[in-house]
Amino acid sequence: MIQPIALEICVVCLGIFLLMAESFSFKSNKVTLAQGAIFGLVCVFILTFFIEANPPAMQDSGFYVVDGLSLFFKRFALLATIFTLILAIDYIPIVQRLVPAERPEAGSGEFFILPVFTCAGLMWMASAADFIMIFCALELVTISLYIQVAYMRRSLASLEAGTKFLVLGALSTGFFIYGITWIFGMTGETNLALIQKALANLPEANHTAILFGLAMVLVAIGFKIAAAPFQFWVPDVYQGAPTPITAFLAVASKAAGFVILIRVLQPFLVLESFQGKLTLVLLLLAALTLIYGNLAAIPQTNLKRLLGYSSIAHAGYLLVGLAAIGDAFSGRAVVFYLSGYFLMTFLAFLVMVPVTKATGGDDLSHFNGLARRSPGLALAMLIAAASLAGVPFTVGFFGKFFIFEVAMNQGLYLLVFIGVITVASGFYYYFKVIRAMYWQPAPEGVGAVPVSILSKIAIVVSALLILVLGFYPQLLIQFLP
Amino acid sequence: MSSVSPLLFLILVPILSAVLIMVGANPRFTAILGAALNVLFLVVIGVFFNPAQAGFQFVSSFPVVAQLGIGFTLGADGLSLIMLFLSVVVTLAAVCVARTPIENARWFYACILLISAGLVGAFASVDVFFFYMFHELALIPTFLLIGIWGSGDRQAAAWKATVYLATGSFILLLGIIGLYLIQPEGARSFDLRQILAHAQAGLIPDSPVVYLLLLLGFGILVSLFPFHTWAPQAYASAPAPASMLHAGVLKKFGLYGLIRLAVPILPDSVQAFAPILLVLLACNILYVGYVTIAQRKLDFMLGYSSVMHMGYIFLGFTALNQVSLTGASLMLLSHGLTIAVLFALCGEIRERTGTLDFSELGGIARATPKLGLAFGFAAMASVGLPGFVGFAGELLVFFGSFATGEPQMGFLNDKEVFGFNGYQIATICAVWGIVISAIYMLRAYRRIFMGPLPDRWSRLPDLSGSPHAAIVLLIAIMLFFGFFPQILVNLVTPALLLP
Repeated sequence: MIQPIALEICVVCLGIFLLMAESFSFKSNKVTLAQGAIFGLVCVFILTFFIEANPPAMQDSGFYVVDGLSLFFKRFALLATIFTLILAIDYIPIVQRLVPAERPEAGSGEFFILPVFTCAGLMWMASAADFIMIFCALELVTISLYIQVAYMRRSLASLEAGTKFLVLGALSTGFFIYGITWIFGMTGETNLALIQKALANLPEANHTAILFGLAMVLVAIGFKIAAAPFQFWVPDVYQGAPTPITAFLAVASKAAGFVILIRVLQPFLVLESFQGKLTLVLLLLAALTLIYGNLAAIPQTNLKRLLGYSSIAHAGYLLVGLAAIGDAFSGRAVVFYLSGYFLMTFLAFLVMVPVTKATGGDDLSHFNGLARRSPGLALAMLIAAASLAGVPFTVGFFGKFFIFEVAMNQGLYLLVFIGVITVASGFYYYFKVIRAMYWQPAPEGVGAVPVSILSKIAIVVSALLILVLGFYPQLLIQFLP
Repeated sequence: MSSVSPLLFLILVPILSAVLIMVGANPRFTAILGAALNVLFLVVIGVFFNPAQAGFQFVSSFPVVAQLGIGFTLGADGLSLIMLFLSVVVTLAAVCVARTPIENARWFYACILLISAGLVGAFASVDVFFFYMFHELALIPTFLLIGIWGSGDRQAAAWKATVYLATGSFILLLGIIGLYLIQPEGARSFDLRQILAHAQAGLIPDSPVVYLLLLLGFGILVSLFPFHTWAPQAYASAPAPASMLHAGVLKKFGLYGLIRLAVPILPDSVQAFAPILLVLLACNILYVGYVTIAQRKLDFMLGYSSVMHMGYIFLGFTALNQVSLTGASLMLLSHGLTIAVLFALCGEIRERTGTLDFSELGGIARATPKLGLAFGFAAMASVGLPGFVGFAGELLVFFGSFATGEPQMGFLNDKEVFGFNGYQIATICAVWGIVISAIYMLRAYRRIFMGPLPDRWSRLPDLSGSPHAAIVLLIAIMLFFGFFPQILVNLVTPALLLP
């Protein structure tokens, strides 16, 4: 049996090892680094099945919890990083073109290594049960992502994205720290379990201060998960960042934000007086996010930007699930939705990268006639778009169904109504991708889009999983915490 | 898991055929073979079906989400057997009349077969959740069929239909979740048998909100006035096989669902909202009927006429008695067959002449007598001539609905006078609707087939080959059940669970 903390240590060691390997072996092909990273992460993923459940050393420390939720999200982070690296291998020629260096190879090694460190941060975040720990993990993730977003130094869009992400990210960090200090000031604790105990004995007069602190923390987390009205960075950053990093941001960073949200909200929901107010805030956030994300996505013509807005929209559905937190099934509904979102978003990006490489862009018009050029890729994208829209027999439909079911069980009828209307608009903008691929003629004289073996495997696996889970979701539900 | 239901094969055959086609089998041959195999399967199932027995037969169940009581449960009773029959027969006809497109024939046939699999799955599902899911299987194939191989303003039609259907189906999903949540906690299920057992035990409160959600959701799918505008445009633009399946079978899903769910579970709400529904269905019949008369192209005329005929079936549903519901069930079959023949013939005419404009056509019955004869049969069946199954359905609906409700008694100048109630007024509107449909159908027949034959149409080829066989088959079925409607009535009667 392995200590749970060993997982993160392994990932960090893997990152350091890869950095060393990169700096001491000039001639090696940088793609080897990515393959090494994928291999290492797969090993760590296998290790997660052999860790000691609830080891005694961890029970009292209080800042690091090992439970079903944390374990699930550690695996989630590992898989997301593996998928990101697969994308990165395909995408590296574009990065190399846009990074100034004497040799084309130089300066691209870190592109494969930084996600590994981000992954370590994400894994820590999944286990963090103390505000200080959450903060540290969050910074490890965010700072490594700043670099990755701005990685393509010759691309103005990438630099702009990096700057925006940095400035707004720093602002949200400020909010986070500020909120923590208020909560610490009132309760004298940063540990979430101890805060819960302290809250019970807190005089009523101090509740306002706690709520203020919590509101600041929520602002920061809202930034992470791209909930309206803290979503302004999303479209530009998603469009400007290197495509693999966009996928990483959309999936891993958002999922981590939701884990933190679940963890942070838990102690505060125990108090009756807080419960109503927090639910109201979540309701408002969910409604705003749903409406903004879905409506703003409608006129988009760039697929990356479209997926950016769609990620806002999906955050909205997830918030609906969180707003129904009183239901016994709501936690699982949210995690199921996140897992489905993982599959379908990565599938969309896995198709997008080879197409971008072959056609030179990621506008919707670059997908014109893809069905005639590469029927397989088009079919995969069709499945991804259908699942994102929520067509039955895909995992995306079951995700939405579970969310709506718990929300209706909790009596959030207005929110569900907004959800249904926005789903309909979602059909419109996701089907725009299908239209481009199937209705439009392909440009003259183009052949099939080349896809690497690793990408092919990833595409087939995620497409099949989307369909299988769309028929038999129990397969995943039994693994949910 | 109990033994495997033979109905599973009905779903698997079209899916497997679609996969084979995508992998590389001959598209047209495989599609026809698969569809014919399904008809054969269904006939065998029909032989082993016991019409006297109430409840579902050939049941097999496989739990999918145990916590929520969702299971992949298949089964059939008389009503679903009729709908299954309609699905497989229309599928066979649709693949037979399909013109192999020059480009991408594989996707074309695969899309049609997927729609068919969704239809069979929906009507064979005992689980409400899968009933819903299977219906949605048609969404993307329809979008592709209209968008790629459609005619006219196909892009606008495809978008409109998709957004309407998606909205309707998610509203319907809310209704189904509502149906789940109003069941007593701890015993909730999506299994229709269990829901019906709860309803009979009086455990389910009659929730008007759930009924309205179901009515709105199903109503959009069935093109209930004023949510009907997507339908004529989509049917006019879609290639003939897609229109046949969509207007003929897929649209019946909504009415089938209402008869299945709303009648036994929420009868009080059905009655409470009957006045609104009566007004809407009268609009379906009269307003859309007049719109149909005004059409100048055959495809749009057929599209509107199919919207209009939904009004009759809604009338049978909302009158909520044995006679009217039996009539509505018969009309599900008859309208499905009739409109499928009409759209098939419409496709044949478009294929030959390249136009469907009444002002450009004329006299082509001289060149194509078989086509003219078939169209005549179908037009008469659509109007509801005795001898066709539609006549029996309409008659039962009218009898049933006219007898519904209390007669309105009032006093005029101190004398007691008799007045019609809402159901009776709606029935009168519906009978007037027959006149309307006779006007547009006969007019269309005259404009297209009668009169002098212009030179440019004199060399049109007549019906032949597999399209001819398919159309004859459908007309034969209409005539057969028109003479022996009792077979259908016997099948449907045990399946209708009246409150």
